[in-house]
Amino acid sequence: MSYSVTDPSGRQKWIAATLVTLYAVITILPLLWIIGTSFKSPSDAIAYPPKTLFTPTLEGYVNLFTTRTRASEEELKTLGEPTTWYDRIVRRDGFIIAGPSRFPERFTNSIIIGFGSTVLCIVLGTAAAYAFSRFKVPLKDDLLFFILSTRMMPPVAVAIPIFLMFRQLGLNDTHAGMILLYTAVNLSLAVWLLKGFIDEIPIEYEEAALIDGYTRFQAFYKVVIPQAMTGIASTAIFCLIFAWNEYAFAVLLTSGTAQTAPPFIPTIIGVGGQDWPAVAAGATLFLVPVMIFTIVLRKHLLRGITFGAVRK
Amino acid sequence: MAEVVLDTVTKTFGGRPALDGVSLRIPNGSFVVLLGPTGAGKTTTLRMVSGLDRPDSGDIYFAGRPVRDLTPAQRNVAMVFQQYSLYPHLTVRQNLEFPLKSPLLKTPRAVIDSKVNATAEMLQISHKLDSKATTLSGGEMQRVSIGRALVRTPQIYLMDEPLSSLDAKLRADLRIELKNIQAHSGATLLYVTHDQIEAMTMATHIGVLHEGRLVQFGSPRDVYERPVSLYAATRLGQPRINILAADTFPGAPPGAVSIGLRSEHLLHGDGQEAVVRRVEHLGDQTRLHLTFRTNDLITVTDAHTRLKSGDIVKIQPDKPLYFGADGMRLQ
Repeated sequence: MSYSVTDPSGRQKWIAATLVTLYAVITILPLLWIIGTSFKSPSDAIAYPPKTLFTPTLEGYVNLFTTRTRASEEELKTLGEPTTWYDRIVRRDGFIIAGPSRFPERFTNSIIIGFGSTVLCIVLGTAAAYAFSRFKVPLKDDLLFFILSTRMMPPVAVAIPIFLMFRQLGLNDTHAGMILLYTAVNLSLAVWLLKGFIDEIPIEYEEAALIDGYTRFQAFYKVVIPQAMTGIASTAIFCLIFAWNEYAFAVLLTSGTAQTAPPFIPTIIGVGGQDWPAVAAGATLFLVPVMIFTIVLRKHLLRGITFGAVRK
Repeated sequence: MAEVVLDTVTKTFGGRPALDGVSLRIPNGSFVVLLGPTGAGKTTTLRMVSGLDRPDSGDIYFAGRPVRDLTPAQRNVAMVFQQYSLYPHLTVRQNLEFPLKSPLLKTPRAVIDSKVNATAEMLQISHKLDSKATTLSGGEMQRVSIGRALVRTPQIYLMDEPLSSLDAKLRADLRIELKNIQAHSGATLLYVTHDQIEAMTMATHIGVLHEGRLVQFGSPRDVYERPVSLYAATRLGQPRINILAADTFPGAPPGAVSIGLRSEHLLHGDGQEAVVRRVEHLGDQTRLHLTFRTNDLITVTDAHTRLKSGDIVKIQPDKPLYFGADGMRLQ
């Protein structure tokens, strides 16, 4: 039987397709479960055996964005007919809307802190990686090892010193503090990843740009950065995912103004019993920004490293 | 354009000298070709002049002004890299525009377009202007790389084997084109090549480098006919110069250790007998591989020769070059 790398046989394709499908099902099931639960009513959400077919409702989302108080039947009657679709959903269970929840605020905090630390991390990481890749830095190898060593223990192991430092510096429960913290944690990963990518870019391109009348810095952002986009995109995704999902520091260091979504979402459980659909709704919305970010950067990830315009 | 002078330039890489006290005057409007094997310091010389590398000691002058501390941009040099170094994220047109758009030149749009189009046409890459640089063949990349230099009017053009990966016809075309550009615009060129025809036809001056030292500098004719040493003699000549012991033929001057015979230095018909080993018909000429006593010789004869392997020819030297024990030519 002939063997070809570029044209696999029918059986090879079949095996590959099965494996990919199996993997996709395993990874996507929890997501489907969360998204499904977010559209269930509270009773459907805890039904046993679990319901796969149910009447979808936005109750979870309404509960996520509002705070509610229980009202007696007489009170409800005095209010007259509900005027909005979300009023109707809430009153069906004997509640009235007391006000907006803090979810939008927490969600915004997550966006500010997540994207803020990612941008800062990429800017600092690219500059550091470029310097390590191109310049003669004294004790380069030791410095690189030191940078990596900051990730050799779980970041949360230093939570208490950081908590004390933050309190001294007045960074507790501030956006700036959280951005700084997540940047510090991610920076070692960013420097190492980006250095690898920048090492792969032949220095001849920068030399050509220097000859073409550009300064070193102009060569860096006109020639190196566009070619490092694959690395920058994948590093940015890693940084964002860490900062976005981070829970332990967020619980410890934020409570009011700068609290992110991860510590907030579980607290929804306390409002009027275990409100699983509202939790699931929060988790579903929480997934969206990372998904959009990854999809936007996907073309850079797939484009691969460009090579071939320099003769080796 | 400017006269470029290197004054005892020395450069060491990792303890090994790459250039050892090279002094070289490149007159304004000249076409200087550097010859030498890999590692002789040809590319290092280009990089010194370009400003990509700095000499450890010695100075470089552009039109009398020292440029030692100037960046490549401040020196205003154009360079064709041996590795092409096209920007892979840009199209051919963007690659050609890149130097014109630099803060150094800041060329108006209309001038950019006309220069890019004219250069592309000359290099026969007009149809590829909107292709990505990475989709080109090796020869096309090399032409874009030449074009990126030719769109400019720098102090000096530096070219590192710019025609090496072109096919024979294109190479011949561009050789003439480059020579024309240089002759008409009065451009100054410093050019590295291994190709003897390029060196002989384009150069106004040839510099021969040997292990980081400039051993000879002169006109192509001069270097070919009056090489200073055995080494310089072997740099030029197709087929390669025959080197034999000086006493192989009578008439060697005192002190001569070896005799150098270019193919045209061997006259056929009279003299001593040699056996034809192999006959190579190249079309315009025929090369004869001879065995003379215990020596192998290569010579050139009439394209339509009837000689064949095993025949006997009589040969004698004509105006040979004699070299002393130190490898230097005896005057």
